[in-house]
Amino acid sequence: MSVNTQLHKDTPLLEVKNLETAFSIDGQYYNAVDKVSFSVKPRQIVGIVGESGCGKSVMSLSIMKLLPKGIGKIKSGSIQFEGVHLEQMSDKEINSIRGKEIAMIFQEPMTSLNPVFSIGFQIQEVLFNHMKISKKEARLKSIALLKSVGISRPEKIIDEYPHQLSGGMRQRVMIAIAIACQPKLLIADEPTTALDVTVQAQILELLKDIQKVNDMSVILITHDLGVVAEMCDEVIVMYAGKVVEKTDVDTLFHDPKHPYTKLLMGAIPRMDEDVEVLSSIKGIVPSLKNMPKVGCKFAARCPQAMPECTSITPLLAETDEGHEVSCLLYPSSRPREGVQA
Amino acid sequence: MNMEVKEKTLNKKDKRNNDVLLEVKNLKTYYPIKGGILRRTVAVVKAVDDISFEIKKGETLGLVGESGCGKSTAGRTILRLLDATDGQIIFDGDDITNIRGISLRKVRKDFQMVFQDPYASLNPMMMVGDLISEPIRNFTNKRSKELKPEVMELLTKVGLPEDAYYKYPHEFSGGQRQRIGIARALALKPKLIIADEPVSALDVSVQSQVLNLLKELQDEFDLTFLFIAHDLSVVKHMSDRIGVMYLGGLVEVAEKNSLYAEPLHPYTQALISAIPEPDPRKKKERIILEGDVPSPIDPPKGCTFHPRCAHAKPECQQVKPTLKEVKPGHRVACHLYN
Repeated sequence: MSVNTQLHKDTPLLEVKNLETAFSIDGQYYNAVDKVSFSVKPRQIVGIVGESGCGKSVMSLSIMKLLPKGIGKIKSGSIQFEGVHLEQMSDKEINSIRGKEIAMIFQEPMTSLNPVFSIGFQIQEVLFNHMKISKKEARLKSIALLKSVGISRPEKIIDEYPHQLSGGMRQRVMIAIAIACQPKLLIADEPTTALDVTVQAQILELLKDIQKVNDMSVILITHDLGVVAEMCDEVIVMYAGKVVEKTDVDTLFHDPKHPYTKLLMGAIPRMDEDVEVLSSIKGIVPSLKNMPKVGCKFAARCPQAMPECTSITPLLAETDEGHEVSCLLYPSSRPREGVQA
Repeated sequence: MNMEVKEKTLNKKDKRNNDVLLEVKNLKTYYPIKGGILRRTVAVVKAVDDISFEIKKGETLGLVGESGCGKSTAGRTILRLLDATDGQIIFDGDDITNIRGISLRKVRKDFQMVFQDPYASLNPMMMVGDLISEPIRNFTNKRSKELKPEVMELLTKVGLPEDAYYKYPHEFSGGQRQRIGIARALALKPKLIIADEPVSALDVSVQSQVLNLLKELQDEFDLTFLFIAHDLSVVKHMSDRIGVMYLGGLVEVAEKNSLYAEPLHPYTQALISAIPEPDPRKKKERIILEGDVPSPIDPPKGCTFHPRCAHAKPECQQVKPTLKEVKPGHRVACHLYN
């Protein structure tokens, strides 16, 4: 890699700083995403991994400003995309970015495609919204897009309806729609969770190819550590709305530091090893209402918890270069005087 | 009384299969598709098409395959929740394929099921204590109250607090509900438990709790499992032997390590290679299958896998391969190994 591209690579495409997204329950707001910071560099695939309710999907909805109105809101923090503050944008302004600069694919391709419109119509809708393009051109471009996501007979599929396609094909169509305007950033929220493993392999392969061809950055949200290992450059591990560990993919899998990450790794049955007993994490994730206000949110379930874990909130700080952990077992996470947690 | 029954069944049983609990022979389950004004059967979905296997006592057999391969239908047919179109199900020495009425009710005590969705499989109006004692009440004249100590013991066994007795399903998380489902399945002390995707609705950390629990209970109660799942790594963790299904047929059956170390069927090879391994340093050769699984209404002739198989020969389009033992304990249905 030349010095030039190295420099370019280091300017983040997306920068999220101290993001707090809250949801209202019985009139009171609770943080689903709690002071999260991370950045995505050009051409990077960043994985966000965590279990249900850890806030990983809420984070993606915050970036896209798709939070349910009146229930969820961004309380504080900033989301900068190419230097522009997304969180301050009006709905109209964000519409010119959504689908064009940042696109998203969802978990369930059946519910995210409209059942009463043809595949072609749904791809062309995006094209008409963001480009000056004639009907004929749009149709040709849609066919080309379908072809690029590996759909055979695109001329025929373009006039079919979502229910006529298999799950894998539907997800390919979703990807075609997402990349229609060649976005710089693609947010994929559990893109393969609803698919069979052989189809998942096809879709992951496709996502990798498209990322390279289109020079995109990708935020990949998943609960599957196997998918993370396969796809990502950087990984963010989330627990209960907080980032607990952040590092490159190799370090995460070979030198995990946070007890939660370690337990998560031991909890998955592996194909290449035989273990009699899987590591398990006692208890469950506390609900938003019952979330501890101070201290580490994992403390109640952590086998290495110390008395101070419930009273001191750990900071997300570097233990080694490029490896950030939020755990009091590491001195770097202890708040120093004058530094707010 | 129990001993007497045991002795009787022992005498009845064929001496050779002494330790075989379940034997499935050429089992077929077809779903009719009705059409027209007269609702005549216009076609059939061959959900399970000629599968044979056996499960030994105390063993766990895993059935793995992708959606629509017939693994759940196979499980339900064995439990007699669905009627078999053809073939035989031999449970503990008795042919139960066509029994009805009281004799079916009697044998139902011996096999139980754990379902996939812990949210949908428990009656939300019933107290957990009643939910767990229901199977026992179904077979005895005892009332809920009398069964309380028994239920309490079951609750402790599956790792739930005793006060769970008076609670309702909505008060529990997914993993805890699955524990309730397991307690229900254990209530009658069954010989065989069919677990159909018992952990696929759960998060990783909770999934491992439930898998560990199932293994513990198997040791304690000497249970035999048919473990159905789509996740090969989960199946491998739980099972002694694994059967791989594709489009209604069983394509490979082997001891788990042998299956993983040396998968013989091209479909098994693709399936194993497709699993993303949680280790970024391991770069695997991946076999990407083309296209989708064909429709079970009109499956391809010959070997059902041949349109997607990289090793397909002309023979594969004509002749359907049968399951043959290639190595000791390793059976495969593929023309490559003839």
